[in-house]
Amino acid sequence: MTEILERRASITGIGQSAVGRRLGRAGLDLTLDACLAAIADAGLTRHDIDGLATYPGAGIGTAGFAGAGLTEVQDALRLDLDWFAGGHEAPGQLGSVVSACLAVACGLATHVLCFRTVCESSAQGGGGRAGIGGGGRGGFKARDALQWTLPFGAASAANWLALTAQAHFHAYGTRREHLGAIAINARRNAARNPAAVYRDPLTMEDYLAARLISTPFGLYDCDVPVDGSTAIIVSRASACATVAKRPIRVEAVGTAIHGRPSWDQWHDVTSMAAVDAAAMMWDRTDLTPADVDVAELYDGFSFLTLAWLEALGFCGRGESGELVGDGRAIALDGNLPLATGGGQLSAGRLHGYGHLHEAVLQLRGEGGDRQVPGGPEVAVVSAGGGPLAGCMLLTRS
Amino acid sequence: MEAWHPFRILPALDDSNRVFWTSGESGALAIVRCRACGFWIHPPSPICPSCLGRDLTPQPVSGRGTLVSFTVNHQPWIPGFDPPYVIALVELDEQPGLRITSNLVGCAIEKVEIGLPVEILFDEYDGVWIPLFQPTADAFEPGAGEGGGAVGAAADASEEGAP
Ligand SMILES: [Zn+2]
Repeated sequence: MTEILERRASITGIGQSAVGRRLGRAGLDLTLDACLAAIADAGLTRHDIDGLATYPGAGIGTAGFAGAGLTEVQDALRLDLDWFAGGHEAPGQLGSVVSACLAVACGLATHVLCFRTVCESSAQGGGGRAGIGGGGRGGFKARDALQWTLPFGAASAANWLALTAQAHFHAYGTRREHLGAIAINARRNAARNPAAVYRDPLTMEDYLAARLISTPFGLYDCDVPVDGSTAIIVSRASACATVAKRPIRVEAVGTAIHGRPSWDQWHDVTSMAAVDAAAMMWDRTDLTPADVDVAELYDGFSFLTLAWLEALGFCGRGESGELVGDGRAIALDGNLPLATGGGQLSAGRLHGYGHLHEAVLQLRGEGGDRQVPGGPEVAVVSAGGGPLAGCMLLTRS
Repeated sequence: MEAWHPFRILPALDDSNRVFWTSGESGALAIVRCRACGFWIHPPSPICPSCLGRDLTPQPVSGRGTLVSFTVNHQPWIPGFDPPYVIALVELDEQPGLRITSNLVGCAIEKVEIGLPVEILFDEYDGVWIPLFQPTADAFEPGAGEGGGAVGAAADASEEGAP
């Protein structure tokens, strides 16, 4: 086998800004909090940072989605960069981190600061979540891929993924209670995370009684738009001697998509690109799903966690509902703890980077009240839904 | 059926998509097809993904298909497009995997189910002919829709030889 180059990369620093609803602070401001925290966490200074990466880059998506751009962060911190990359045409949100791993592996940079910032709560004001291209009066026209969905009122990823979930329900007997187990588990863990946005207990009754968004999704199946920023430092493993904390090794990454890059033209209506990213990741390691101690799987919608569980081989196709069952297997003291910090469903929509941050905390043993017992040594992190998919396998070095 | 004509965000027409969005005026939806190998291509593309042929032309389709998935949308995303409404993923009879996202109309929400045989109809907005689908006349008779086929795990479709 060719060398698995991402193993030359380690995660040496993590940082997070305040995370909350309508913080009313600028995206750059939050980003700088997260970046400085991550640099300090690694025991580095800004002068050690020679690489910068972000998803999705400036000017992309609906208001607040992009959060902060790469050049404004570089300029604010007066970083001297040998390598940088920001963009949204990537294998999901973690694509930016994977690029950073390759940059350090290839010697283009030594310490890459990666960040993801969202200001979707402030951008959406007091109202509900704005649909993509929503409020289209005044001559707004749908272009590119959105022209195939917006004219039919399929304005949001909630709609597009509801189609996948409904097909999964039909093919495999998956039920709303299975989605509910994901949402309730996230809330239970969020209660132990002081930084989580929603920490009040959630029961199955509450879950089922909540208003519907797009069947089979109800309110608690959708993640919580927040303002917040997460930063991660990816370092060349051979340059970790001086860092402050135990580096977390990158064992393998998965970035594949072997089908049409589309929400509604994907060949199997019950699955997503996650299957290819996950298969690629396992092809690059001798570890197996049985070795995983903690799984921080994407939960922009509850169903996405089910899809990733199947894609990553924690169960067979169609068996994820059975796996989560009544929630015991996925709890902090269960066989496969999920969303240990509350995930995006309860801790806030930090768009993949929150899961990566949490995985590093858990592998370091810094999980506090929500620390998975037994000293977890292997964590898997995944991000994305539909045609967006990327995953990483991390180990305690 | 009661007329349902919500405000819709319309597509920006250009040379690549104009036929799709205006063909309904003739009563049939036209989809780009490869003259060399017969492969149907949607969304439109300048190249056939099956044989890489460049000689493509829009052709009318039957307008019949199968509901491969759906969602009842309850969230008001777009002012003037009031919920609830059914977003439908329809696979056309012409080719496995030849799919269109649309709305299902003419069907009580509680009767919507995956596998329903459906047929096309159009609603016009300023020269844009929005393709919609309704259950076929015999959709709810025993045995209807069984041949619809490609739903769920077996839905691996279609593009033999595609890149
Ligand atoms: Zn062809």
